Amino acid sequence: MSVEVKFQLERRNFSLDVQIAFPDSGITALFGPSGGGKTTLLRCIAGLEPSVRGCLQVGKTVWQDEGIFVPPHKRPIGYVFQGAALFPHLSVRGNLEFALKRVSTERISFDEASALTGICHLLERRTTNLSGGERQRVALARALLTSPEFLLMDEPFAALDRESKAHLMPYIEQLHETLSIPILYVSHSIEEVAHLAEQMVLLYDGRVQGSGPTSEMLTSLSLPLARADNAVSIVEATVLEHDKNYHLTCLRFDGGEILLPREDLSVGQTVRVAIHARDVSLVWQPSKQTSILNVISVVVKEVSALNQAQVLVRLIAADTLLLARITQKSAAVLEVVPGRRMYAQVKSVSLIF
Amino acid sequence: MLHEADISALWITLKLASITTVILLLVGTPLAWWLARTHWRGKPLVEAVVALPLVLPPTVLGFYLLIALGPYGPVGSLSIALGGRPLAFTFTGLVIGSVFYSLPFVVQPLQGAFTAISKQLLEAAATLRASPLDTFFSIIIPLARPGFLTAIVLGFAHTVGEFGVVLMIGGNIPGRTQVLSIAIYDHVENLEYVQAHWLAGGLLLLSFLMLVAVYTFNRRFAVVNL
Repeated sequence: MSVEVKFQLERRNFSLDVQIAFPDSGITALFGPSGGGKTTLLRCIAGLEPSVRGCLQVGKTVWQDEGIFVPPHKRPIGYVFQGAALFPHLSVRGNLEFALKRVSTERISFDEASALTGICHLLERRTTNLSGGERQRVALARALLTSPEFLLMDEPFAALDRESKAHLMPYIEQLHETLSIPILYVSHSIEEVAHLAEQMVLLYDGRVQGSGPTSEMLTSLSLPLARADNAVSIVEATVLEHDKNYHLTCLRFDGGEILLPREDLSVGQTVRVAIHARDVSLVWQPSKQTSILNVISVVVKEVSALNQAQVLVRLIAADTLLLARITQKSAAVLEVVPGRRMYAQVKSVSLIF
Repeated sequence: MLHEADISALWITLKLASITTVILLLVGTPLAWWLARTHWRGKPLVEAVVALPLVLPPTVLGFYLLIALGPYGPVGSLSIALGGRPLAFTFTGLVIGSVFYSLPFVVQPLQGAFTAISKQLLEAAATLRASPLDTFFSIIIPLARPGFLTAIVLGFAHTVGEFGVVLMIGGNIPGRTQVLSIAIYDHVENLEYVQAHWLAGGLLLLSFLMLVAVYTFNRRFAVVNL
């Protein structure tokens, strides 16, 4: 089962021309710079751009094709708008009931949706005096109450401060785990995507530059993500044990172990950590005389010049892809070439969930 | 106090204003919605036509309507062809005249209210499975409520207060087409100041109360429309 998209849209200063397929499960991020057409593509899928030409098939159902255009109110989607788009003349409860009243198959109940998004205490409030984070959560609950087969979210975190963002993200993860609704969401923040998405679609200037699993996309040397200053790779790991003496947590992933200066995780928990390319250095032999704790055995997969002074190196540790940014000089001296076995020293890792 | 002719003028006025307001709502709502949403280049043209009665002397409008509704005018001859009679000097003629005359007073507040509704709310309603008609009744009308109230009161009050157009096409026939404003004029002409006072004072009070009601109500609902 997958979502198959082929769209063409002409605007005065912008044209969208995309053809992609992505799995209709898990969280897929539509990523790219502002003005690249992410929101437009999302709107086309929702049926909010009637002038778009092309075809759209979700699972076995055709939503758009030559002579077929299912209007938005007949598409089994949930849509979370960037500004939440709550109805100002209705209370929070009224907004949720608006959705609930209009669906025939109720797969998620009112209580479930409000509990999942943590808005039970807001139900009787007016929508006009909610904070940004609360508005987004209400919008999410409202979208869920349509029992969607496909959830579309347009930058749900864009208007939020760091704290509200940290609050809302777990809801979306939980959502995905409890309801197993495929989610397509728009973002221009690489941290957000590294945090949430399993798949990515990269959209630049109305064209798809690439799509695939997040860890591959983030470390692909031919894509602009790896070349960005905040280029990052992600590692899925489980919590192995705590080092009580030094207040460290040991994580295990398929390519080795990682120590993290934290103690609040429970053993067995699955987490995602981010490793920035600028924090990774390469050595031939692991050294005991270093302050760096995390040393991972890797094989060089690919090397690509970043600028006149620096190169990007794509590394693989078992099945996990990592990214290192080193100088041209070091690459020459250490003979960093594809196939060479080396050790990656990781100066810092950050936990993202 | 009030003569029989005055009471029938009052009755005709209220009937005329009510019928006109209902017709204006039925015609004005889709027109205002279209004006609020269209990107058509000819929109200013339509807006100008709608606004004409605001700037035109009522006698000009009345004159053209008289010709159109008379036996040789397009509307009048159509009426005759359909087995009726010319519409000048009839109540139907008054209704037609009033609809044109009060059109901007209904369309403009509605257009303003519709324009203020963000497109995103309508899209949100669509993604929540509301059909366009459903959205109209569940989102647009409640959000445009102050606009509707203003439109109803202004349309009604303006029709009650019209003089020139009615005089031109209605002919001031007591019991058939004589409305309050003209009855007051007649009383003053005949130096019957007491009756003129009663009618004028009544109209003043009625208009004032309606406007107070609108402003009070709209203030109460303004909070919702932030």
